[in-house]
Amino acid sequence: MSHPPINTSPISHPPVSHPTMTHRLRWRKAVSVVMLSLTGLCALLIISILFFILGYLVWNGGKSLNWDFFTKLPAPVGEAGGGMANAIVGTLKLLLIASLIGIPIGVIGGIYLSEYGGRVFGFIVRYTTDLLNGVPSIVVGIFAYSLIVLHTKHFSTLAGGFALGVMMIPITLRSTEDFLLAVPRNLREGAMALGASKWKTITSVVIPAAYRGILTAVLLALARVSGETAPLLFTAFSNRYWSPGWNQPTASLPVMIYTYAIAPYEDWHRQAWAAGVVLLGLVLAANIIARTVLSRGIAVPR
Amino acid sequence: MATIPIAPGSAGPALASRSLARRLVSGDQVAHLFTLIFAASVILITSLLFYELWINSALSRAKFGWAFFYTQNWDPIFEQFGARPFIYGTVVTSALALLIAVPFGLGAAIFLAELAPAKISDALTFVIELLAAVPSVIYGLLGIFLVVPFVREILGPALKKTFGFTPLFTGPVYGVSYLTAGLVLAIMVAPYIISVSREVLMAVPNDQREAALSLGSTRWEATWKVVVPYARTGILGSIFLALARALGETMAVTMVIGNVPKVDLSLLAPGYTIAAVIANEFSEAAGNLYFSALVELGLVLFLLTFILNGLARLLIYATTQRGAATP
Repeated sequence: MSHPPINTSPISHPPVSHPTMTHRLRWRKAVSVVMLSLTGLCALLIISILFFILGYLVWNGGKSLNWDFFTKLPAPVGEAGGGMANAIVGTLKLLLIASLIGIPIGVIGGIYLSEYGGRVFGFIVRYTTDLLNGVPSIVVGIFAYSLIVLHTKHFSTLAGGFALGVMMIPITLRSTEDFLLAVPRNLREGAMALGASKWKTITSVVIPAAYRGILTAVLLALARVSGETAPLLFTAFSNRYWSPGWNQPTASLPVMIYTYAIAPYEDWHRQAWAAGVVLLGLVLAANIIARTVLSRGIAVPR
Repeated sequence: MATIPIAPGSAGPALASRSLARRLVSGDQVAHLFTLIFAASVILITSLLFYELWINSALSRAKFGWAFFYTQNWDPIFEQFGARPFIYGTVVTSALALLIAVPFGLGAAIFLAELAPAKISDALTFVIELLAAVPSVIYGLLGIFLVVPFVREILGPALKKTFGFTPLFTGPVYGVSYLTAGLVLAIMVAPYIISVSREVLMAVPNDQREAALSLGSTRWEATWKVVVPYARTGILGSIFLALARALGETMAVTMVIGNVPKVDLSLLAPGYTIAAVIANEFSEAAGNLYFSALVELGLVLFLLTFILNGLARLLIYATTQRGAATP
């Protein structure tokens, strides 16, 4: 990230002696200073909003977080206490299914784009992927509903995981492509000069060189879908008990936050905050690990 | 892109042993085909998504036709479905969000790209990108317990007192409203505008700045009259991305807009959006027509964001490539 070195000093001695001109120059400089400070204020405002949000959430959530939250089932309606153990496990199960769909398609599709992708077909795949990335999550939910729930006639972990998996594909695919493209070209040429076939080159040279990047891509995609709520509302639905197997509706952290936040009970609000701080902690931790530790030395593509 | 321009098969004649060559080439072709299938599945999934939305909304499209978009009556009991309140709510909240987020976002992007030292800029951008990673349900949670009371107690009454003579700020203040949803959305989309615009601004070649400065313009004039216009296509792209995101945002809006299917001119009145009505009613949609109408709403949302994203991506590809191509 190189910044343009701009030198503003040449304008410090206006060679004009006309009074109106100097006045005008002073005005222009004043405008410059004021507007540039305003842009700084904008940045400051947005950063402070983030810290305010984080602080408020941690303060409220930290107050309500306790051991029960991680180990107990939700208490019956009207009773205080209880936890969200089933929602935590539910979220993990959903992410597992999502990974089974999103990681293979994303990573192998990314390999295709970076190593084989033709000019026209490569562009089409890349463009479609970007468009799929922009499809609202609730629409992906409708897709999973009409493809799975409509036929099996009940909500299930499988349908929810499928919806999340579809959302994982574009993020994983595009980041994998970018990370593979960042592998220097001479590594590939070296392998090929030694007589390795293209596929051998990819599997034994390119992918090992970029595996941390690929891990980053996967982690970012997981972080993104782990907080998705809308596509789960009518695919995985919700559940106040344990959800055995893969064919039952299941609770998940984001949906629990939603239902608890809009409920009229004070104790549920407390638990929604606790779930919020746990979810945000997970998402931010995954993001920070992916962007700093794993991808050290390579730029994270956006 | 920087793929190695060796097509599978072209290496064949160069190798001494023909059988070895054939083996390698066919192995490569299998690998090529294998990855191609995975890449093509993205296109398949996207087409299937559209197909499912189209088929499942057939009933509603046949019954209501274009009237679906401008009639106002949403009545599941008598099976009358008109989407006007939802379309209106979606448009108003997204427009409000952009109205707030674009000036602040662009300002912050200019600061990060033009003024801030590289290290500070990178650190702040990192933080802003984390802001984009916060799940929307968390924004909804904060919206319910922070922004709704803020609008009800402070902002709403203040706006009513100052601008109460316009139809935009009238009626009782409940806290849940178009304005509240717009505020929450603005916070959610600002990071997108900042991070894309910053990138586009930084891709503007340095000669542009230097030329403007050497002609005697002030730093601000160089930025505002030269650098920003040079990057305007990309900035427009970032705004389209943000708009697409705002249109489709579900959870945060559902939690703060009040969910009342009425068209109200006052920004302080509760409303409804397309995404919110799908979220609230989809799982209990009894009857084929009801279900079909909700899917048609999904189809509308899909097409809107598809077009917007399509334009945005093309604009951004165009600018960053032009920026990169100039030495």
